[in-house]
Amino acid sequence: MTIPNNTAVAFRGVTKTFGEVYANRDVSMDIYKGEILSLLGENGSGKTTLMNMLSGIYCPDAGEIYLDGKPVAIRSPQDAHHLGIGMIHQHFKLVDVFTAAENVLLGVKEKGLLDLSAASEAIRRICATYGFELDPSMKVYDMSVSQKQTLEIVKALYRGANVLVLDEPTAVLTPQETEKLFTVLREMRKDGKTVIIITHKLHEVLAVSDRVAILRKGEYVGAINTCEADEQILTEMMVGQKVELNIERREPVNPVLRLQVKNLSVKGHEGEDVLKNISFELYGGEILGIAGISGCGQKELLESIAGLQHVEQGSSVSYDTPDGKTEELIGKDPKQIKSMGVALSFVPEDRLGMGLVGGMGMVGNMQLRNYTMRKSILAEIKHSRELAQQIREELGVVTPSLNTPVRRLSGGNVQKVLVGREIASAPAVLMTAYAVRGLDIGASYTIYNLLNKQKEKGVAVLFVGEDLDVLVALCDRILVLCDGHVNGIVDGRTTTKEEVGYLMTNLKSEGGTNHE
Amino acid sequence: MSNTSVAAKKPPLFHIVGRGRGQLPFYQAWGIRLGAFALALILNAVFVYLVVGVDPITFYQTMLKGAFGKGFLWPTIKTSAKLLCIAVALAPAFKMRFWNIGAEGQVLVGGIAAAVVMFYFSDLPAVVILLLMMIVSLVAGALWGVIPAFFKAKMNVNETLFTLMMNYIAMNLVNFFYDLWKGPKTALGKINQSTHAGWLSSLWEKRDANGYLIRGEESLFTNSDFWFVVIICVVAVLMYFYLKYTKQGYEIAVVGESSNTARYAGISVKKVILRTMILSGAICGLCGFLVVSAQSNTVSVSMAGGYGFTAIIVAWLSKFNTFTMAGVSVLIVALEQGAAQMANEYNFMGFSVAAADVMIGIMLLFIVGSEFFIHYKVMFRKSSKEVAAV
Repeated sequence: MTIPNNTAVAFRGVTKTFGEVYANRDVSMDIYKGEILSLLGENGSGKTTLMNMLSGIYCPDAGEIYLDGKPVAIRSPQDAHHLGIGMIHQHFKLVDVFTAAENVLLGVKEKGLLDLSAASEAIRRICATYGFELDPSMKVYDMSVSQKQTLEIVKALYRGANVLVLDEPTAVLTPQETEKLFTVLREMRKDGKTVIIITHKLHEVLAVSDRVAILRKGEYVGAINTCEADEQILTEMMVGQKVELNIERREPVNPVLRLQVKNLSVKGHEGEDVLKNISFELYGGEILGIAGISGCGQKELLESIAGLQHVEQGSSVSYDTPDGKTEELIGKDPKQIKSMGVALSFVPEDRLGMGLVGGMGMVGNMQLRNYTMRKSILAEIKHSRELAQQIREELGVVTPSLNTPVRRLSGGNVQKVLVGREIASAPAVLMTAYAVRGLDIGASYTIYNLLNKQKEKGVAVLFVGEDLDVLVALCDRILVLCDGHVNGIVDGRTTTKEEVGYLMTNLKSEGGTNHE
Repeated sequence: MSNTSVAAKKPPLFHIVGRGRGQLPFYQAWGIRLGAFALALILNAVFVYLVVGVDPITFYQTMLKGAFGKGFLWPTIKTSAKLLCIAVALAPAFKMRFWNIGAEGQVLVGGIAAAVVMFYFSDLPAVVILLLMMIVSLVAGALWGVIPAFFKAKMNVNETLFTLMMNYIAMNLVNFFYDLWKGPKTALGKINQSTHAGWLSSLWEKRDANGYLIRGEESLFTNSDFWFVVIICVVAVLMYFYLKYTKQGYEIAVVGESSNTARYAGISVKKVILRTMILSGAICGLCGFLVVSAQSNTVSVSMAGGYGFTAIIVAWLSKFNTFTMAGVSVLIVALEQGAAQMANEYNFMGFSVAAADVMIGIMLLFIVGSEFFIHYKVMFRKSSKEVAAV
């Protein structure tokens, strides 16, 4: 086994399993000194696990990691620091009530007293070298997401990181902030640092990296120089074959008004507008897609309709029952909404934290909707057990038993349990948030088919999605949210990805013309 | 490859891996638990041998005698029942992830309430006074439980500190009444020593025309301890069904897992918190009533005897299954009683109550520790040969 001379990091036969699942299988790959490498792969392809082994969070089950050509054992994040490896996680590991300088000093073992002023000086020097903007005396709770990320990077550099790993760094950034981050990364490359970024956004990969390494289902597929790559090649390497989304889409049959949202406004903790005067109509027998960059009000929109969100005065969500009555949902809690006979199903984004009870099995989770069915003080269980068995068979849920805590199931199976339950309640309105997030292709198509069947039954489906290809292929209409506003409702059959993408990022002015 | 790695650090000797999605079959899990129990027994024997030089056989004989021997069995049973009662009371609260550290105080106020009725209404008929005692005890315990729950539900006040502080109030209330009631009615350390008003035994005791007690035939049914245990067992079984099969029990489980999911399902989290703490406090109050009427016939600060805290261990260790709780309660009390017997017999050789506590600590550590090995496995470093082979 030879390790090329110019490698900063080399993996050889690295394997990691969780239970019976291989997160990484026999990965052997090289990362060269002074390059920006993109680690590309679909959700669940083992990118983060591989990098977690480099940063000492996990220990490989088999295989070796070489740093500068020498084999190393990285037993803990502390070891990783000493070896000059810094990782910036998706969820920042900062102490909110500390200042930037205090956070940087945390965990650094130096003799003598803490020297905050020296640390602040060092932080300023690092910032000057690479072009960061950071005030060492600023408290973390006063920082924006982008500033927190900057602090994480500075922290890693302060500890002498030569290899820097960033896990999905752009997920939380605006386009301008992303550009700024890329500039900084290029500065670091100039300084001889090795940068690895984990991502699944192809255009960013092409914009910033020198080379792209691709993982698929935990295995290393290969690497390619960015200058030789384009989106198609990368996609093919990533998914194994060219993705031809072939989702069936029938014309809505006999659409009837089901839900009417008028002037829905929601304010956040700081009093900022999260949703501003949202108005739209949802018809039975159609799939209405909701597009938008993440966190621009999708969650609040669905939760407002479900009775889980405090909304501002003047907001209205009216529901037309099949027999012609109109019910106002605002101001009611989920229980009241249910007792009014509103058949509303909701697949929330946070599956285990909101839609399901992680510690309970399939049966217990079916009870969540049914437990009050009996008149006596006893909780309903017989019907729930049958329903659980039925969903397990029809959707092919892989679980050791109906009482195995759903937390132990894989993401796809968890989602099948949740979607299965919500559909089983025979909804008139079905709301789903990121219904296929984290699912493999097969499981995703199962979900699309389920949604299409609901649509054919005359159910009004609200589909909050993130993958534009899917939105454009699945939905009859697409409502695009931008910054809490409805920035347009387009026809799913005639629109293009580019149009939706443009509406997501460019807010029309109040008058209806675009800012250019 | 292995010879170049001399300079580098060796990989860790072992690392810990979650068992993940595959659960251990139940016989393996119990194998681990029994193994841990056996190890604890061995370690305890070694410890005692080193400290006092008593050989393991004598040691465990003495322990068994102290716990289950003639004359020792009833104290063990009734003390276990008391511990079980408090654990049963705590189960719904902790299942809801409400950290009720205030069982001690809730038991005490239940006891105080019972004693107040005993002291001031001693002329009422036996059945009426006992019923009244029970009702006010339930109310007092529920009140002590619901106060912190109210602040938790309304303002998200930390319930751990709140319930803990409520204990001290209860303790000082006991001291207050103790001083207040000094006099003939509390002579000999018991309330109503002469009339037995409010004593559980007053239900079946017969008196002659002059008011003197007639010694009847003694049977199980004229034994206060027996009824004490029976009532607690009934409560424990009811609690099992309540948690497992009722709507309210289901709501408790959902709120404990995730209050967001509860909201999503239309469960009012505040209502569940209040309701559950009323129940939890009321059962603690019932425990206070039972102790006062059937055992101590008075109130003292040591009435709950720290079991308000020990019961937390019992409840968690049993994963809120009340039948398991009964077993764990007996185990802990048997250890205590057995160790007390050891301290009694071998005090001259240096075996003190403190040593007994060490033994109980070892036992609990092993039992709790075994759960870790059920959920995780330890992977050792492969020997250098194997690495070379790879």
